[in-house]
Amino acid sequence: MLGVSFARIGAVFLKELIQMRRDRLTFGMIIGIPVLQLVLFGFAINSDPKHLPTAVNVQDPSVYSRTLVRALENSGYFRVTNIVKGEREGAALLASGSVAFVVTVPPEFSRELARGDRPQILIEADASDPAAAANAVAAVAQLPSTVFNRELTGALAPLRSTPPPFEIVVHRRYNPEGISSYNVVPGLIGVILTMTMVLITALAVTREVERGTMENLLAMPLKPFEVMAGKILPYIFMGYIQVTVVLVAARLLFGVPMLGSYFELSIALALFIAANLSIGFTISTIAANQLQAMQMTFFFFLPSILLSGFMFPFRGMPEWAQWIGSILPNTHFMRIVRGVMLKGSHLGDMVADLWPLAAFMLAAMTIALMRYRRTLD
Amino acid sequence: MTATLAIDVSELTKSFGTRKVVDKFSIQVPRGQVWGFLGPNGSGKTTTIRMLCGLLLPDSGTGTCLGYDIKSQASEIKRNVGYMTQKFSFYEDLSIRENLDFVARIYEMADRKRVVDQAIERLGLVERQQQLAGTLSGGWKQRLALAACILHRPQLLLLDEPTAGVDPQARREFWDEIHQLAAQGLTVLVSTHYMDEAERCDRIVYLAYGTVLARGTVAEVIEGSTLSTWIVTGSDVRTLAGELHGCEGIDQVSVFGVTLHVSGRDAEKLERAIAPFRARTEFTWEKSSPSLEDVFIHLMAPFRARLTG
Repeated sequence: MLGVSFARIGAVFLKELIQMRRDRLTFGMIIGIPVLQLVLFGFAINSDPKHLPTAVNVQDPSVYSRTLVRALENSGYFRVTNIVKGEREGAALLASGSVAFVVTVPPEFSRELARGDRPQILIEADASDPAAAANAVAAVAQLPSTVFNRELTGALAPLRSTPPPFEIVVHRRYNPEGISSYNVVPGLIGVILTMTMVLITALAVTREVERGTMENLLAMPLKPFEVMAGKILPYIFMGYIQVTVVLVAARLLFGVPMLGSYFELSIALALFIAANLSIGFTISTIAANQLQAMQMTFFFFLPSILLSGFMFPFRGMPEWAQWIGSILPNTHFMRIVRGVMLKGSHLGDMVADLWPLAAFMLAAMTIALMRYRRTLD
Repeated sequence: MTATLAIDVSELTKSFGTRKVVDKFSIQVPRGQVWGFLGPNGSGKTTTIRMLCGLLLPDSGTGTCLGYDIKSQASEIKRNVGYMTQKFSFYEDLSIRENLDFVARIYEMADRKRVVDQAIERLGLVERQQQLAGTLSGGWKQRLALAACILHRPQLLLLDEPTAGVDPQARREFWDEIHQLAAQGLTVLVSTHYMDEAERCDRIVYLAYGTVLARGTVAEVIEGSTLSTWIVTGSDVRTLAGELHGCEGIDQVSVFGVTLHVSGRDAEKLERAIAPFRARTEFTWEKSSPSLEDVFIHLMAPFRARLTG
């Protein structure tokens, strides 16, 4: 401790405090990021999603099918949103992701039940996100032995004994083995792109301001759109390189299937990358230096992984969190990329997720262009 | 009218927050001349230059640059004006050639390669053209910046303290180049703190706290100041300076090594004030005309009094 001066430590300490106080944004982030994380992890995230949208395809309307549907709803995991007629309609809803389950009650169900033939109820689950479906599937396992206890009286009472009067067959669609990497790896494309694309553009413009080269750019006959387009384009290529790396790894290392078309995926990718780059550009018009740009990127990145359905099932979140999640480009891209890769979806099936991406991109670009300084004012 | 004037602005005013940085600034600069822009730090020189080249919008006032309206035709002005920023604002992580090439592309120059080659040759940097701009010395950076600013053959050159921190040799070469450009018809407005540079200008404009305090040729500005100066030579002028300080009629006393500049607004009062000191034999007194620097410091005096008092 020889020669250490507390006065000098105090001098540095004081200087740091003053600088910290001057940098309002950094100070705000020091407070804001823990609050954001607390809210997201504490309130928004729920790995046991309930009330999942369900389509029912009842081909034998009877007291049994009504009781069964009510029992499914009472389990808390299923919420009947669609009554479908025919398999194809149910399959389309499942493919587009608008329902998580399709429950099919076959024709002649009640007659076969009464005869003691142990008919089968089919539950098709969207297992592209295995975690989201797992608890619901587990909850229906006990149903057959108890659900019809009230209906099976008199002559039918013996059916209440084991084995149960009917069977529930669960088909895990799109990812029958429930391999989580099938779900995670395509999702990673969205996460990786969100982080690198936003950060890189945010830094690219802020760097010009920080190094003083912005003044020169502004003094030259360059239009804001020319600067933006010129800065964004190289990173779009970079984004495609990143995606290629992930796709190759997905195939070779994780064996993730690619059921859809690479071409359609790359169209959605262009939209998604451009949306992220526009956000980065907007950040760069607000941030005063590269550190601030990085902090703001992180602030955008956090909900993009936590609320997008990447780490936790989207449908498990409370409504307000789903609402925020629905604004984020990553949420929609996540559904598109999983849909194309695991379900073989076409862009036509994905319109519900494509237009929010496009809307987000346009809004972010407009804000960026409006905020971009044409003068030094 | 606009054919003969490169810059014609009147009553330009600009405030940042509540601080008025430029207040009713007017100048008319004829084409082909080199005008010097002087004034203390924070006097509004940079702000004025930025308004002239469309980087800042004036709060009020009107004017044209090369015949283009400074408020509505910023893009035409940018195309025909070369602006060299105070701080080096080219890319340190690009090479000399890459920087020049970038500028040539922005201005969509048809004969890009030839223009860049010529610029590099004129700079004398043919061997070092692949060197990163960030590794250049201060003087070379300034010369590169100048080369980049005149690459698109502008008609007006706005230079904001181009020689700050540059050694005398490099400064002289820089100024020789400015005069060569002026000889080719280019108009130059250059801000500086160096008196010797001011003396190389056709006209000077002295700005302080947003207002023009003096303008004209160097001789006109000195004459217009009504300042009288005596130069004292002797062995211990420092002690004498201390005695003269604050005497009635003496406004300025500055030591320059073995000489002393003593100045006053009123020639008669000054003579009366120094009379007792002139009797001393160890000093020789000589009446002289004030230097430009004396005049500027004199011009600043009322402001300084206002600031400190």
